[in-house]
Amino acid sequence: MPTMTEKILARASGKDEVEAGDIIIANIDVAMTHDLTGPLSVQSFEKIGAEKVWDPSKIVIPFDHQVPADSIDSANNHILMRKFVKEQGIEHFYDVNAGVCHQILPEKGHVVPGEVIVGADSHTCTHGALGAFATGIGSTDMAMVFAEGNLWFKVPETNRFNVTGQLKDNVYAKDVILHIIGKMGADGSTYKACEFAGETISDMSVSDRMVLCNMAIEMGGKTGMVEPDKKTIDYVEKRSNKPYKVFKTDLNSSSLNIIDIDVSDLEPQIACPHNVDNVKPISEVDTEIDQVFLGSCTNGRLSDLRDAAKILKGNKIANGTRMLVIPASTEVYSKALDEGLLKIFVDAGALVSAPCCGPCLGGHTGIIGPDEVSLSTSNRNFKGRQGSPDGKVYLSSAAVAAASAIEGRIVAPE
Amino acid sequence: MKGKAWKFGNDIDTDIIVPGRYLIYTDEERLAEHCMEGLDPDFNEKCSEGDFIVAGTNFGCGSSREHAPIALKGVGVAAVIAESFARIFYRNATNVGVPLLEAPGISELVENGEEISVDMENATITSQNGESIEFKKLPPFMLEILEQGGLIEYLKNKR
Repeated sequence: MPTMTEKILARASGKDEVEAGDIIIANIDVAMTHDLTGPLSVQSFEKIGAEKVWDPSKIVIPFDHQVPADSIDSANNHILMRKFVKEQGIEHFYDVNAGVCHQILPEKGHVVPGEVIVGADSHTCTHGALGAFATGIGSTDMAMVFAEGNLWFKVPETNRFNVTGQLKDNVYAKDVILHIIGKMGADGSTYKACEFAGETISDMSVSDRMVLCNMAIEMGGKTGMVEPDKKTIDYVEKRSNKPYKVFKTDLNSSSLNIIDIDVSDLEPQIACPHNVDNVKPISEVDTEIDQVFLGSCTNGRLSDLRDAAKILKGNKIANGTRMLVIPASTEVYSKALDEGLLKIFVDAGALVSAPCCGPCLGGHTGIIGPDEVSLSTSNRNFKGRQGSPDGKVYLSSAAVAAASAIEGRIVAPE
Repeated sequence: MKGKAWKFGNDIDTDIIVPGRYLIYTDEERLAEHCMEGLDPDFNEKCSEGDFIVAGTNFGCGSSREHAPIALKGVGVAAVIAESFARIFYRNATNVGVPLLEAPGISELVENGEEISVDMENATITSQNGESIEFKKLPPFMLEILEQGGLIEYLKNKR
């Protein structure tokens, strides 16, 4: 009685069934690399001596980390990748004007249920929100995929989080996943597929489910997943014409570990420096902030911008605090423009920037200095993650970020 | 193998091993200059060819950046010995030819800066005062990949 992971990996490896612990070779449906991990992947691909990629229609290359180029070195990386795209005839290339890879892939219809998706980026687990098996890999593994179209995997066991209870006002998917990570620890799901199920998840939008799956890696998960339902199918059919297959987990599977999580009393959660599992309820956190970042592949979607704009409307960002708003994609940016959300941010005193990863990785824009404190809707608060190793990064939902920007300190929305 | 042990704690993430702002570089030397910079800005100077990193649980968590094991290779780390490792990093390190030895109890056995010896064949680590612990033995194919300096060289030599 297999899990959805086992069913997907059996399909992709051409077997009737596989079980946790088996080593299999799976055919890859989508392979993604971006402007920052792409150059190493291309270099490795060339070192192997491979000449042509296995299937240029299955490779997606978005530029998102260093866009637009902020140095000659990053411009050179872009040139290298554009050349590779052209030479190999890569069909799905998104230059500096598209957005963050983990938003682009589902939005542009590259992700459908039942697929095996690999990305040279650890947050590739996001795409399991649509019922795929999606995982992050390194550049050498990506070079192998480019050359051969397949990759070996150890079939993982599954931690299935059965989430129940109705979320209180101002409590969001981000709070749920921070709570789960705090409970499990940074290595609490190492090598496990993390499935999110239960009534709370059924009630969530596809965007919310992406928030959960995005952060599965922060507890060591190999992938995050949600079983497809009507919401998934509606999302996918609007955006993709690829064939898909729905797989669900058999609850009597022997490789399944069910963890019950009741969120009915949950308050907003904050991940405190310098680990994502250092999670506290907001009532236990009191700190002034220098910078607020609303964006990223975790919380840069339209619903996040709406949640934040509702709070910021008619208010001003506190003196001494700065706020960066970076929509996760051009589609999100354009819709936020239509809805008047960007004007609300600008009027409140925030900086609205073009879609990119922003301060999340501390390598491009919005870098923090020594002793500065950042409150961020992204997914990592490691020491030095957003710039100076002597800075501090706290993680929260979009609503907490907006409310805190007004006060200049971490506070819960009222 | 004999070398100095440089000790680090639990959950050493790949942003510590190589901060994001240096990912625009792909060459080993340049990445090595910034290896472990966030915790020890002089690590590149201190670490000699053949030294070891000794760490706690979940070493290499976080981003999938292969720049991290490449930087460790660049500073000359002969192996990382830890209580446990994160998944993507484990694969990447093996692929670029950096041995990862899982040795529960290593944090207590070894002091920072002491000389230790590693016996790959018998899967043991011996501290300066002669105490030994075992690490999980690597399968023969993985040893072969590591001996040849990584997966790409291994595949090339096999062809």
